[in-house]
Amino acid sequence: MTPEFLLTAIIFLPAVGALLLSLFDGRNTDVLRFWSLGVTILTFGLTLQMLMQFDSSVGGMQMQVAMDWIPAWNVSYRLGVDGISMPLVLLTSFISMLSMVASWSIKKHVKGYMVLFLLLESGMLGVFLSLDFFLFYVFWEVMLLPMYFLIGVWGGPRKEYAAIKFFLYTLAGGVLMLIAMLMFYFNSGATTDSFNLIELAKVASGAESTLASTLSPSLQITAFILLFIGFAIKLPVFPVHTWLPDAHVEAPTPISMILAGVLLKMGGYGIIRIAFPLCPYGAQYGAWAMVAIGVISIIYGAFAALAQTDFKRLVAYSSVSHMGYVLLGLAVWKINETTGATENRNFWLMGINGAMFQMIAHGISSAGMFFMVGVIYDRVHHRDLNQFGGLMGRMPLYGGLSAGLFFAGLGLPGLCGFIGEVFVVISSWSFSPLLAIIAASGVILTAGYILWAMQRVYLGAEYKGPHSEDITPINGRETAVAATLLAFAIFFGIFPNYLFRMMSVSTTELVQSLENGYQKAATSAAQMQAMK
Amino acid sequence: MVFSQLIEKLIQETTTSSLPYFGAELCLSVTIVLMLLVRLFNADRWLPAYLVAVLGAFAALWCTYSQSAQLNSGSVSDSQTFFGGMLIQDLFSVYFRVFLSLFVLLTIALTALTGIPDIEDGPDFYSLLLGSTIGMMLMASANNLLILFLGIEMTSVPSYAMVGFLKGRKTSSEAALKYVVYGAGAAGVMLYGISLLAGVLGTTDMSLLAVRLSEAAGGQTAGLADPEIRAVTLGVLLVMVGLAFKLSLVPFHFWCPDAFEGASAEVAGFLSVASKAGAFALLVRFCSALSGAAGTEDLLMAFGVSLGVIACITATFGNLAAYNQNNLKRLLAYSTIAHAGYMLMAVSAMMVMQNSGHAQLYQVDIQKSVEGLLYYLAVYLFMNLGAFAVIALARNYTFSEEIDSVKGLISQSPVLCISMMVCMFSLVGIPPFGGFFAKLMIFAAALKAGEIHWFMYVVVAIGGLNTVLSLFYYIRVLKTMFLDERPAQSRAVPIRLFSWEGSFVAVLALLVLLLGTLPRLMSGLSATANAAAHAVVSQL
Repeated sequence: MTPEFLLTAIIFLPAVGALLLSLFDGRNTDVLRFWSLGVTILTFGLTLQMLMQFDSSVGGMQMQVAMDWIPAWNVSYRLGVDGISMPLVLLTSFISMLSMVASWSIKKHVKGYMVLFLLLESGMLGVFLSLDFFLFYVFWEVMLLPMYFLIGVWGGPRKEYAAIKFFLYTLAGGVLMLIAMLMFYFNSGATTDSFNLIELAKVASGAESTLASTLSPSLQITAFILLFIGFAIKLPVFPVHTWLPDAHVEAPTPISMILAGVLLKMGGYGIIRIAFPLCPYGAQYGAWAMVAIGVISIIYGAFAALAQTDFKRLVAYSSVSHMGYVLLGLAVWKINETTGATENRNFWLMGINGAMFQMIAHGISSAGMFFMVGVIYDRVHHRDLNQFGGLMGRMPLYGGLSAGLFFAGLGLPGLCGFIGEVFVVISSWSFSPLLAIIAASGVILTAGYILWAMQRVYLGAEYKGPHSEDITPINGRETAVAATLLAFAIFFGIFPNYLFRMMSVSTTELVQSLENGYQKAATSAAQMQAMK
Repeated sequence: MVFSQLIEKLIQETTTSSLPYFGAELCLSVTIVLMLLVRLFNADRWLPAYLVAVLGAFAALWCTYSQSAQLNSGSVSDSQTFFGGMLIQDLFSVYFRVFLSLFVLLTIALTALTGIPDIEDGPDFYSLLLGSTIGMMLMASANNLLILFLGIEMTSVPSYAMVGFLKGRKTSSEAALKYVVYGAGAAGVMLYGISLLAGVLGTTDMSLLAVRLSEAAGGQTAGLADPEIRAVTLGVLLVMVGLAFKLSLVPFHFWCPDAFEGASAEVAGFLSVASKAGAFALLVRFCSALSGAAGTEDLLMAFGVSLGVIACITATFGNLAAYNQNNLKRLLAYSTIAHAGYMLMAVSAMMVMQNSGHAQLYQVDIQKSVEGLLYYLAVYLFMNLGAFAVIALARNYTFSEEIDSVKGLISQSPVLCISMMVCMFSLVGIPPFGGFFAKLMIFAAALKAGEIHWFMYVVVAIGGLNTVLSLFYYIRVLKTMFLDERPAQSRAVPIRLFSWEGSFVAVLALLVLLLGTLPRLMSGLSATANAAAHAVVSQL
């Protein structure tokens, strides 16, 4: 298939599916569900086709598509994929498919739910595939609209509060990103390509580009801070994470899976795709702060998770902790203060690879954990950790699958969670041994809250909570979702190289261009200093 | 030159240029007379007034459209004054007249759908509506301070009556009275300002204002130490009071929520878009007429920055005050105030760049800031009219305009709710709707102007903050419509997509969406707006 068709089809197939779905009769819920499932499977198939056509030995963008959208503003419809976005696109379509299977538990307004779900998938895929800043921003915000309603209509008791909080936080971040975007637009000094992310990154790294100039070092810092806050809200990291526990807890199970599995990755992706390459000087300037924020998030999230009595809230806080590793891995960029050269660049590269791996691994394990919480919630209608117990005996298969997925979240060697955390912690040693030790101790806390939760939920003599009579064994549909996720958790834990191979050429090139960009900006900053 | 020759010249000018340029206004005037005649001969039973009005508005639209085609083809010169220099014909005025004709057409269609006014009152109502539109068209093509005043008054007087049109309703009369008193005061102050300007500068011709201002400064940098300049500054401020009243800028906004609440939703929609458009046209003309002459840069830069201050205050105030409103029209009134603030940011950016001392350098960006304003107005037309139309249509079934009356409406009329959602998200400025792109253009203009004066960065920041603030109350309406359950005893709103009412709002919502996504439409509108901006800015 031609890339134009393939990439466009991947993004818009769910939207078209949603459009056609809106013509269906709303009463026949099974038709609606199977139709939506078919659309998500087809989309997943298309992303697999993209994987076939993907060449992991190329570092730059592949399968590029470029068409004019609003020529007067140099906005174009520009898509492409590289080693960084490829795994995330696959993750998106994969998690969307599984959470569509999990959506059978949705009984209210099925038609509206399915339409919004498919629109959301379009938005998410668009974010990962677009290479034009404007287009990226449009998809980024488009995603908010279905998400607001999905949480607000189908969510739990405090759904309205959670939905508006999610919307406001992300919109606030979006506005900052918008201002940064305009800064790049005006300072690119060109009549074309001023929203083109590839050219903006090239000119920032000092490579040959169609753009004349980039931001001055001081403006790079401003722009980086604006962009970073926008993405950090989505990631989320301390102290802008407070929307996450509410949104994740109140959202219906499949939407929690999407939120944890895909939406959080957009924050990390935004940092690695936009904030870092476009302002390398700003990124290096903020490296210490970012590492510190990452470590605080790891520890804070873990402690907060320990304190929870709500099962779903515990999983939500574990996301805050795990996404801290992503930020930590990306930010361990150490330079020699006198020469401006990057020190231990292989460790930094390892950190970036580890952060990327952690995003995928967390996408699988946290989606699995949320799903497992949802399965038991559907039966007993409560999530109080102190009122569970003995589920291993009542639902042995469910207990076993849950144990696997929670261990993956814990970071047990042999499962996917381990690789990312270990890579990140090792790489942070070269940046600051102290912070590395603190980050590593987060692993112990993680083990603490997960093992304790498992003890309270699955082990013990008997189930003590309400609705004991409703506990039925896990059914085939639920088993399929959980087993698939667990299978991938094991697969990536044993063969991590499968993922690393896909992204390593791209991340290596990224690190190289960031170094160049920093050198270039540092030189011009020194010159400006000398002139004064 | 003998008297007969003068007369002959006048006749010749009037027939060859003035009257054709005045075509749209003439169409509307003829329509008003026709409507009254139809009633006189008791023909309004089989020829309802709205039909005549639609035809008239359509004729005006066609007329202005052909004028714009003529200007675009280059068969006539870019900018021509007519009626002895009182009015001006260029792409800018034509843009606004097309805009206004289209809008009045849509408003008449809406009133025909909602049945306000009833058959007997039809001719009266539409006479007022069209008369007011003529006034706005005059505002858009004003080239003289007297026309400025005349246009504002001609717009306002019918508006007062329209606000009070729901006879026998106390709130309506009260609203009209408040509007009249406030309007009369503002008009008096403005007239005084005009007399000051004309007295010191010796002209009412707007195209001469900049030069005369420079002469008044006597070749030096104009400063407030000079009594003449002081008088002019006072005059400009007083004229701004009149304009700020029409734009409902803080602190001249008090009439707006009351008038909107008392008026019917259709009238409120008309006032919120059309009179604002006319006033912005006038403001841009007035501002660009003042600027450009040597020695006045500092003074006018301060003027531009203070417009920015007012814009920030207005947007913030509007958004904060809207938060605890329970009446939909009142809520949208505050939203209107906030949007006037956003749009004023573009004018402020234009003034700052024009008076930076290197206006040539910023020529493109000045045009882009006006282009942003014009694009914003065009999107605003559809999104605000759409929101008011949903309120008006729902009111016909629920007999209420409170937020609670639309609780859970999604279960009864998805088309109204989804259209409302599109309009409201566009008002917030979320892509992919037109409002986002328009807002982006204005923020871009202000950010560019930040290169000249640091305060414009503050304007951008406050604009961004306001976008987040505004989400609160817009989403509150959507929350009520989508998330709440419809109370059991509430009246049914059976509006389907495939009905006149349903398709009317759906088309408006679709246009809002297309203005943010369809490349051809966006580029076309943006190019048209840019050409119009060029016409007004290049007159320096």
